Amino acid sequence: MIELIAQNPFIASLLALVSLGVVFGALLGFAAVKFKTEGDPIADQVEALLPQTQCGQCGYPGCRPYAQAIADGDDINKCPPGGEATIAALADLLGVEAKPLDAVEESVPSVAYIREDECIGCTKCIQACPVDAILGSAKHMHTVIASECTGCDLCVEPCPVDCIEMRPIETSLQTWHWDKPKPPEDLIATDRSGAHA
Amino acid sequence: MRKVWDIHGGIHPAENKQQSLQSPIQAAGIPPQLILPLAQHIGAPASPIISVGDRVLKGQMIAEAKGFVSAPVHAPSSGTVVAIEPRLIPHPSGMSGNCIVIDTDGQDEWVKHSGVEDFRSLSKIDLIDRIRQAGIAGMGGAGFPSAVKLSTRDDKPIETLILNGTECEPYITADDILMRERAAEIIAGAEILRHLIRPSKETLIGVEDNKPEGIAALQKAAEGTGIEIVPFPTKYPSGGEKQLIQILTGKEVPAGGLPADTGIVCQNIGTATAIYRAVCFGEPLISRITTITGEACSQPRNYEVLLGTPVQFLLDQSGFNKDNCIRLVMGGPMMGYTLQDTAVPIVKTSNCVLAPSVAELPPPPPAQACIRCGMCAEVCPVSLLPQQMYWFSRAQEHEKLEEHKLFDCIECGACSYVCPSNIPLVQYYRASKAEIRQAQQDKIKAERSKERFEARTARLEQEEAEKEAKRAARLKAAKDKAAAAASNPDSGKADLIQAAIERSKAKKADAADPAHDAIARAQAKREGKVEEESPAAKTERLQLLIASAERRLTSAREKLALAKEQGGENVEAFATAVIKTEDKLTALQKEIAEHQASLTTAPSKNEEADPAQAAIARAMAKRAGNSTDESDEDKTQRLQNLVATTEKRLAAAQQKLSMAQEQNDANVPAFATGVEKTQNKLDAVKRELAEHLAALSAKPSSASEAPANSDDPVQAAIERAKAARSAQANMSDEDKLKQSIASLENRIARTQEKLQAAQASGDDKAEILADSIAKLEDKLASAKQQLG
Repeated sequence: MIELIAQNPFIASLLALVSLGVVFGALLGFAAVKFKTEGDPIADQVEALLPQTQCGQCGYPGCRPYAQAIADGDDINKCPPGGEATIAALADLLGVEAKPLDAVEESVPSVAYIREDECIGCTKCIQACPVDAILGSAKHMHTVIASECTGCDLCVEPCPVDCIEMRPIETSLQTWHWDKPKPPEDLIATDRSGAHA
Repeated sequence: MRKVWDIHGGIHPAENKQQSLQSPIQAAGIPPQLILPLAQHIGAPASPIISVGDRVLKGQMIAEAKGFVSAPVHAPSSGTVVAIEPRLIPHPSGMSGNCIVIDTDGQDEWVKHSGVEDFRSLSKIDLIDRIRQAGIAGMGGAGFPSAVKLSTRDDKPIETLILNGTECEPYITADDILMRERAAEIIAGAEILRHLIRPSKETLIGVEDNKPEGIAALQKAAEGTGIEIVPFPTKYPSGGEKQLIQILTGKEVPAGGLPADTGIVCQNIGTATAIYRAVCFGEPLISRITTITGEACSQPRNYEVLLGTPVQFLLDQSGFNKDNCIRLVMGGPMMGYTLQDTAVPIVKTSNCVLAPSVAELPPPPPAQACIRCGMCAEVCPVSLLPQQMYWFSRAQEHEKLEEHKLFDCIECGACSYVCPSNIPLVQYYRASKAEIRQAQQDKIKAERSKERFEARTARLEQEEAEKEAKRAARLKAAKDKAAAAASNPDSGKADLIQAAIERSKAKKADAADPAHDAIARAQAKREGKVEEESPAAKTERLQLLIASAERRLTSAREKLALAKEQGGENVEAFATAVIKTEDKLTALQKEIAEHQASLTTAPSKNEEADPAQAAIARAMAKRAGNSTDESDEDKTQRLQNLVATTEKRLAAAQQKLSMAQEQNDANVPAFATGVEKTQNKLDAVKRELAEHLAALSAKPSSASEAPANSDDPVQAAIERAKAARSAQANMSDEDKLKQSIASLENRIARTQEKLQAAQASGDDKAEILADSIAKLEDKLASAKQQLG
């Protein structure tokens, strides 16, 4: 046997290649089982970029399902709360072209506000809130925990007395910040003369 | 001469410090109203401890620190609190913040306060508490609460205490004049700080070399104290804390770190003075030195000004010319910001109010495109790459910005100052910093929202699972029950069947005697022993039978109704059973009626020889066609007899019926039928008799005419009417009416037939007949009305 191999280099090389293939195949097979990836890493990464308002404006019941949909090939421009920034981040992550937002306008960060005098305590908004940010019980006035509200406005529609409104988050001294200057390219020569006048 | 280091970059803008140094510090006086923002420092705003209308004294605490990083606020002069409300405050946003507004009374009455003779007798904690209660915050510009900064930890020993007298920004001379006039206070404050911090190596006061008078004054005051005054070359922005540390010690504070990390504590000289006054005199921070300068002010100078004094009050004293002023700047030209309103107050951090003319500080020309000249990078004191950060900022590449250490930028404005394209670079960095901070907060909030969302989803799923489990449990319980019943059918069904059998057996046992009786009777009947049964027994038996038949009928009807409701297949069967039972019942009722009738006729039976036999014979004769054998007299006799017996039976039947009605017996309908039938029979017999008699009477008058009926119809009709009347005599009113209606209808029908016949034959009776029909119809109508 050994003699045969020694005398016949073709058989020797074939044997060597086959045995190498078997060894590495077994190694890869073992690694595939041992280091199996759990969950969907792409969806996880996408989800980390989404604003987690859980508003459902993308057409999916929450941010996780939309992240899964994006991972499965859906468009990345369906998140109005995230706006252009989220689209840019998603485009960057997935290596696709950034698209304009598929919505009328970027939603302004806001919080739900219950006009408490009008609340009848029906608990419908409590059931609608995806983050349990509304406090109250049956036949007692409800109120929004503003710091936990994501501004998804899912509570507005179920209210039978229309006592919930979305109020844009007002800038306070603590949240105020400098705006970016106008990009210089936006200015033309006539602007310059205007600025000097 | 001590070795000093240099910092990277830096610029040398026009200093413009001499204008405000021409005159000494002047007390600004007490304005009519003081506006004290609750947030004059970095950290949580103070919380008011007085209310509107309270009289406050100079130095009285009016708002207490809220939290660790916070500072209290004191009344700078005596007066009355008139409002606690949002007022315009010195802030780049131009927004309002909560302020305590005091109307001063001009008495400037101090609250009771006292200092300590020897601060060295106080412990570190007591000292820091005094500083804290005095509301002292960094007076160089940042406003970080000094007590917090001085609360050094034991695990980070301090080598060097540095007092910052650099004041590198153009125009501002507040620290310069302080050094010139109050060097002793600065040194005294430095002593307290040195006692507090206990630097292991040295205490330095860094001053730029453009303030020789100040340096001289400090050196004179510091003689013999070991505090070293270190002058160094003027360059902007040497006054930054980290820059000064680098210049004086050669050490760089690590990015994101604090000076304490390198064993250094740095304080402004103004702060040192405030600490001195707080510790040694018990005076809280209620005033500061502020520079009012710029070409729009004819008398630029430094003021010792009460905190809360409106800027307008200072400008009025400085010969401010509004028309000459392009904009009011709080702070210096490099790092200051534009004030929108002159009503804003001076606060703990306000070191300068600049009122420049147009020529002095022209509006920035429009920005042009970055040409990547790199001058910004050359002047950056932190060795950043401003042009790169500019591009990243515009592209919102936050990660890249952070990689390029955006947060190490001190926003000194040197890059913007040198930019040949006039790009407001610092503004980009400030905006990007805010964006990144916002993004971080959003991310934290998103995490939180996600957690809450997932918690809620989990909760809902759990609730649903619990419900499902309960549902399953209920279903299982129901199935188990059914299975138990199915696996052990004898226990349930068998019992029912057994009970039913027993019931029926018991019934049979009860009914045994009547059954036996019935069998015996049947056997007797078969053997021809009918006569043995007495009439009374028969009646009783029949009544029993009727009763049981009625019971069966009602139960059969019930079953039928039930079957119909349930739509069972047995409906037809039940219906047939009901009909059969009804037939049987009517047959029985007939039988009993006949039996009773026979009972009533029984006496006559006995009197006559054997009428039954005679009747049979007659019937047989009739069948044989020998009816003519009967003589007319015999027939009359027989018919009269029949009428009599029938009348008797009718009377008896009616009596029984009335009795039954009185007793509300179940047999009433049966009796009623019997009465009716008897009545009918009686009518028939009477009619027969009347006809026979008519025939007899007609015979003699017209012997040749064959049928009696056609011979004398009038006579017959009279007889019939008589018979009817006699029959009616025994009837109730309603029955009578019914009878009369029926007879009227009969008569009308008959008369109409006659009328038709008469008309056909052209008889003259036709008119009379028609007339009689009309009369009869009238009668019928009235009878019906009566009945209805």
